[in-house]
Amino acid sequence: MSNIPETGRTRRVTIRLVVLQILVLSLLATLGGRLWYLQIRNAKEYTAKATGNHIREVVEPAVRGEILDASGRVLAGNETRLVVSVSRTSLLQQKDGGKGVLARLAEVLGMPAKDVQEKVRLCDAKTSQPCWNGSPYQPIPVTKEATTQQAMQIMERREDFPGVTAQPTAVRRYTGAEGANMAQVLGYLSPVTDAEVSKTADKTGLDRYLPADQIGRAGLESVYDRDLRGTAGITKLEVDNLGRVIGTAGTVAPQTGDNLVTSIDARVQKVVEDNLGQAMADARNTFDKVTNRNYEADSGAAVVMDVHTGRIIAMASAPTYDPNLWVGGISGKDYQSLTSKESNFPLLNRAIQGQSAPGSTFKVISTTAAVQAGYSLDGHYDCPKSMTIGGREFKNFESENFGQISLEKALEVSCDTVFYGLAYDQWMKDGGIKPKKDPGDWFFKTAHQFGLGAKTGIDLPSEVPGRVPDRQWKQTFYDNNKDAWCAQGQKGGNSYSDQIARENCVDGYQMRAGDAVNFAIGQGDTLVTPVQMARIYSALANGGTFYRPTIAKAVMSPGGDVVREIAPQADAKFPGDDKLLSYIDQATESVIKSGTAAWKFNGWPQDKIALHAKTGTAEVEGKQTTSWLTTYSKDYAVVMTISQGGTGSGGSGDAIRRIYQALYGVDDKGAIDNGKALLPAPQAELPKFNPDGTAIIKQASYGTQAPAAAPAVAPAPLDPAAAQPAPAAAFLDQAPPTDRPASYTAADAALEPVRGPGRGRA
Amino acid sequence: MTSYGSYRQLRLAPQRSGVSKALSKDSPLWRLDWILLVAALALSAGSSLLVWSATRGRDSLTHGDPQYFLYRHLTNFVVGLVLCAVVIAIGSRRFRTIVPFLYVGVIVLLLATLSPLGSTINGAHSWIQLGGGFSIQPAEFAKLAIVLAMAVVLADQVDAGEQEFPSHRAVFRALLWAGLPMAIVLLMPDAGSVMVMAAIVLGILLGSGAANRWVLGLLVAGTAGCVAIWKFGLLSQYQIDRFAAFANPQLDPNGVGYNTAQARIAIGSGGLTGKGLFHGTQTVGQFVPEQQTDFVFTVAGEELGFVGALAIIALVGVILWRACRIARQATDLYGTIVAAGVIAWLSFQAFENIGMCLGIMPVAGIPLPFVSYGGSSMFANWLAIGLLQAVRSQRPIAA
Repeated sequence: MSNIPETGRTRRVTIRLVVLQILVLSLLATLGGRLWYLQIRNAKEYTAKATGNHIREVVEPAVRGEILDASGRVLAGNETRLVVSVSRTSLLQQKDGGKGVLARLAEVLGMPAKDVQEKVRLCDAKTSQPCWNGSPYQPIPVTKEATTQQAMQIMERREDFPGVTAQPTAVRRYTGAEGANMAQVLGYLSPVTDAEVSKTADKTGLDRYLPADQIGRAGLESVYDRDLRGTAGITKLEVDNLGRVIGTAGTVAPQTGDNLVTSIDARVQKVVEDNLGQAMADARNTFDKVTNRNYEADSGAAVVMDVHTGRIIAMASAPTYDPNLWVGGISGKDYQSLTSKESNFPLLNRAIQGQSAPGSTFKVISTTAAVQAGYSLDGHYDCPKSMTIGGREFKNFESENFGQISLEKALEVSCDTVFYGLAYDQWMKDGGIKPKKDPGDWFFKTAHQFGLGAKTGIDLPSEVPGRVPDRQWKQTFYDNNKDAWCAQGQKGGNSYSDQIARENCVDGYQMRAGDAVNFAIGQGDTLVTPVQMARIYSALANGGTFYRPTIAKAVMSPGGDVVREIAPQADAKFPGDDKLLSYIDQATESVIKSGTAAWKFNGWPQDKIALHAKTGTAEVEGKQTTSWLTTYSKDYAVVMTISQGGTGSGGSGDAIRRIYQALYGVDDKGAIDNGKALLPAPQAELPKFNPDGTAIIKQASYGTQAPAAAPAVAPAPLDPAAAQPAPAAAFLDQAPPTDRPASYTAADAALEPVRGPGRGRA
Repeated sequence: MTSYGSYRQLRLAPQRSGVSKALSKDSPLWRLDWILLVAALALSAGSSLLVWSATRGRDSLTHGDPQYFLYRHLTNFVVGLVLCAVVIAIGSRRFRTIVPFLYVGVIVLLLATLSPLGSTINGAHSWIQLGGGFSIQPAEFAKLAIVLAMAVVLADQVDAGEQEFPSHRAVFRALLWAGLPMAIVLLMPDAGSVMVMAAIVLGILLGSGAANRWVLGLLVAGTAGCVAIWKFGLLSQYQIDRFAAFANPQLDPNGVGYNTAQARIAIGSGGLTGKGLFHGTQTVGQFVPEQQTDFVFTVAGEELGFVGALAIIALVGVILWRACRIARQATDLYGTIVAAGVIAWLSFQAFENIGMCLGIMPVAGIPLPFVSYGGSSMFANWLAIGLLQAVRSQRPIAA
């Protein structure tokens, strides 16, 4: 046993055991440290991952809020449809994987069994439509048009249809209340895309798009989407590694969206739409002597604005379409037709997206500009039949000579040469072709002050700003096009456009005399939108305040409480004094009484309901003239424009008169019947609601011709033909304008140094 | 060591009644390391809850009886306890004499596994089906056999007083005895178990006091062996995949790395106090594969949190601490070597298993001692506790 200790250990063994112990300890410490790192330091990250692993959300879409007119009539509402849905989760629990259930369901619904099976299979790389593209935990709709009888069969034989539900579901319905179409103003919905869902996945509330959401894509539906959409209900299902549902982790009920009350009056809207359609139909039966064919009247727009607030009471755009085409997903064929050239793009809202030269309706701006530049309202200005400016002859309309006339008369008879003279005078003062350093540019400045060349800020998407072709714009335009012009000019062609290209290549940036004088009569490169003109003429009517146009008046809860009001907003003031305003007031009234629009307003009770107007007939190169008629009364501005629609008064005069007749209850002979007036004064107060959420439609103290039935209960089927009469069906029932035949000739155009729209008249 | 005398004295004391005998100072019960025993009991008993939680929803495994695995795990536990008691009763010295028989028995079992009697689970031909849903995994017992065989060979001359340290010849022979079962297990192929055995061999050489060159040489040889296995493609594809997934955890989280990713999510989402027993979403949703066996630690991590998971590591630590104490206090080198072998075995296996769940070790099919479901593992672990207790029972009482 010599030197071996009793314990059987030598010193070496003891040391080795200590080494072993240290090794063991360090291993355990490593595990403890790593455990801390995972469970304490990174717990959040892994908790999120675990949640993502085992929680699947099933979305129950909220009922979307309604869009109402000023009296509470439902413009965009919801329709209850019986949707039969199948839960894949339940199907897979069946012994045969749900095949039997689907077969029975197909039989009840009268659909081929194959169709039903294809609708509930999941889309993947190998499976193409029809298939279900959404979450496999979401009930899959098999049909959205089940009958009550079919639903009863399914619900009564529950044991035969596990996982199948037949539920009334709210589907968007554009009611066409009072026959109004309003397609472009209301807009439309479409389902969220996968990209939108994943992009907003980490957001909450309204910022997050859920797989079953329908999103407003245009019009009011888009601008007020957050108010209307409501909050979707979410049921959180717990699932296992194979996706089988093993429990529920909480349910949030859906919340109905808020309602949007607009300033639109559905009855007035209907009248405006009908009259725009009628005016276009009439124009198509009117012979254009310039082009030797009937007017095409390819598109048009009309706006009725409350001059005291800027609120829109009616807004029509033609051509139009049935907004219900979008409900439940638009078909490829329908979409193609809505976006094709043949249909002339009915999705465009031409009241805010259609821009054209304003023609003589611009002259109220030119008059203001002249006064700002220092010309006297009491002065008299020469109105010869033509003027030679920059070596070119600028003719008056019809080559009439009125002699020395006041600015008022110039507005009334729409004398071009007076404004040519004033604009030329100013152009010379600013240095002519070699402008001085700080030119007055009163005409351009005033146009900007009237809000042209800028968006009005109306609560609709995709508004266009129009264009004021001032020096800055000319320079930019030249910089962008110089190379193309020079290239074309160098080819040495001798056509008209080649000559112009050569000219423009050299000095296209210059503000020439022709540009300046053309602008003064709203021609040349000037572009405006109908809503801009409505805003301008509203300001003339209300004493000089430019309001921001609005359509929405208030957001109200489903219970009828005001969530938020959209107050009128004054953006600018008329850049002149009251004297100038009343001067223009008088001049525009003369247009009705004895001027260019008088022939359309014979017998109008002007002493009781004073109307004011300015006509415009704008030249467009290569096309027929654009008809403009801008008018206002004490309370309303009514603006209509028709592309290739003829003269201002000829194209739109009758239509606008009939709109005023409807608003104020005036008959064709000029007798006023308050009982027939649709809206003798704009409606200020918000609608009141019954406890069940339907609006209390006041049988206005004036009484209406409108049917008394509450529109929310039984939406009238929309008849697109009512809003857009087919050309063939319409025929001329008014005398065509004979006193002001068109006289613009190709020779006139050839004299013009301008590129786009040609010279104006009327 | 004044107590030596009293030890003798007590041994010579007259016979007494059963109860007083059990409570008397020389009773084997007094001689047990109760801290070690309680730690192992706590680990085994607690693990039954984890195994239960991991399996009660897995209908495909439980045949519809949620308590199926709970009962079987408890049965294994009880059988393990009995085996442990038997080893203690036999005593270290007597047990040493039957080691050769045990060794031969294990080799026979291992060979039977390779024969058509064996069956394949998870790519390794390492099970023998016994019928009635029972099966044994001889590799677990082979670990025990290696510990015992090496202890016998290495301690033989030293305990006889002929040598101060194991001779080179003894070391060489011990390595041969260890090498035979390792070679058979490698043929199965069960690389995980071979890794554990290699750790055992290393631990034993360390604890036996074998010359440094043996220890170092073995380290070099082991490393070279690993390189050779890698180079010559001796690993099967699933093993290569496991290493690839370990080296790059982001690699294909739905494929190769799925197990480890889900295991880490389970543990990480447990936080400080866990989601509560039976309330782990990863566990209830069965996102972690093999959760009652290799990945049982994730149940603790998820449902009992940092506190529960650390408790498991701590209990393993207590077992290893007591085993180290027993190794130091053993009365002969045989006892020291047995204890060192058990330490190397349990510590490596716990580290590899928990480390794999935590994503710091590659995936290998190695159970967590006392916790993972599995009869063979449970039996072998409790036999090891029995051996430790037997070694301790030999030493003077007052130590």
